[in-house]
Amino acid sequence: MLPQRKTAGPMPWVIAIMMFLMVLTVAAGLGLRNASSHLRAGLAARITVQIVEADPIARVRQTKAALQELRRISGVTRVERVEAGRMRKLLEPWIGTGLDTRDLPMPEMIDVDLSTEAGDQAAAIADAVRAVAPSARIDQHAQWLAPLDQLLGMLKWLAFSVVFLMATATAFTVVLAARAALDNHRATIDVMHLLGATDLQIANLFQRRIALDALFGGALGFAVAGMIILLLGQRIEGLGSELVGSISFPAAGWILLILLPIAGTGLAMATARLTILRALGRIL
Amino acid sequence: MAGILQFENVGLRYGTGAETLSDVSFSLAPGSFTFLTGPSGAGKTSLLKLLYLAQRPSRGLIRLFGEDIVTLPRSRLPAFRRKIGVVFQDFRLIPYLSAYDNVALPLRVGGLEEREIETPVREMLDWVGLSGRSNARPATLSGGEQQRVAIARAVIGRPEILVADEPTGNVDPEMAGRLLYLFDALNKLGTTIVVATHDVHLLSRVPHSQLMRLEKGRVSDPTGALRHPPRSPDDEQP
Repeated sequence: MLPQRKTAGPMPWVIAIMMFLMVLTVAAGLGLRNASSHLRAGLAARITVQIVEADPIARVRQTKAALQELRRISGVTRVERVEAGRMRKLLEPWIGTGLDTRDLPMPEMIDVDLSTEAGDQAAAIADAVRAVAPSARIDQHAQWLAPLDQLLGMLKWLAFSVVFLMATATAFTVVLAARAALDNHRATIDVMHLLGATDLQIANLFQRRIALDALFGGALGFAVAGMIILLLGQRIEGLGSELVGSISFPAAGWILLILLPIAGTGLAMATARLTILRALGRIL
Repeated sequence: MAGILQFENVGLRYGTGAETLSDVSFSLAPGSFTFLTGPSGAGKTSLLKLLYLAQRPSRGLIRLFGEDIVTLPRSRLPAFRRKIGVVFQDFRLIPYLSAYDNVALPLRVGGLEEREIETPVREMLDWVGLSGRSNARPATLSGGEQQRVAIARAVIGRPEILVADEPTGNVDPEMAGRLLYLFDALNKLGTTIVVATHDVHLLSRVPHSQLMRLEKGRVSDPTGALRHPPRSPDDEQP
């Protein structure tokens, strides 16, 4: 009973833009959440033990004792002494290649991986190691990357706040579009009322139209954003960086992304229905 | 006797202006045929608006089908409106719908299935002489054709009351005669008819009709039938 048109004004295009931005933002939020939990899991469960002892004999003795003690502790999944060759390579950027590291009182380093459950017991493990190696210093990796983890967490919540704001803006767009549609079709509405049409019958007509427009806009925005996410995923994989690579998009996230245009259509329908019923309620 | 429609001391005022209708009182018997006449600006269209529930009065009492419609909840108005057919002076056809769809509109609003709609709509279009124009949009129809579509739309739902505002204003005398014949036929089937018109010659073509005249928003009742409407044939039981 309303005129057949492919799209009703700018609303589908506004929804397409909003959906495009929303899908990208949600994808970024999910990627950051993934990275955040990846970092947390990886770092909370890793410590480095340094035996900082000037006396080389005592240093070696304490290192062996520490290695023995660490292998005995339950929850320790891997213990690996950093070999001299690897240490030399690590130090090359600072001391160059010509220096014999045996002349330097370098600390012994032990990389320790803990099981996820043992990650919280790092302090107790440190105490146990110091009991056998008094010169041991324990570095918990989590403490160094905690600010980055916090930043990722903040960005994640910022992303979801932006999505909420864009959803609100989309709803307001629908309100304006519904009001404009009512104004444009006021004469038709008056006639339909006088022929005995109920508010719900009239609202259904507009709601269906707006839902179709929202679905079109949502699908378009989703399709374009989806392609960009796939392209970005390929580029991130190609970088080979562990940190950047941790910002991966979880496969299950696609389900959430697909739900976005559907939820957007539902939001548009509900907003249109409420707006139209409220406006019709003011007419006799 | 309770009429199908009763007005008691009805007044209508738009905004803060003077009253458009003042102390309008009359009663219409079921199955009556009433011509509403009066000079331009007398309030005929305003009275019809009250009749077809496009407006509520500023004061007074209106009873329609035995119910007080002044205080009737808004949610119940559609059911009442479906019992009233209206021919608007400006036709109010929906411009992007074909003649067929305009005529079918009251049936669709009433919830009828498409298969139940086609036959009565085709018959009605045939009756008003527009069977060959069923797919035409209003903009491509002449004024007279538009008026006939409007009349077909008003009567297709077999309303209990038919309200027509200058229904013969845009048609030739032959079509005016046919339309009056249609109204008369509906009236004989029990539909109460109210026709607002400037054309006093129409009155003589419906002998059993009654006349209501409006002047400066007040109603006069030259025949006295409005105050004491004639009994309908159904009431004449021994």
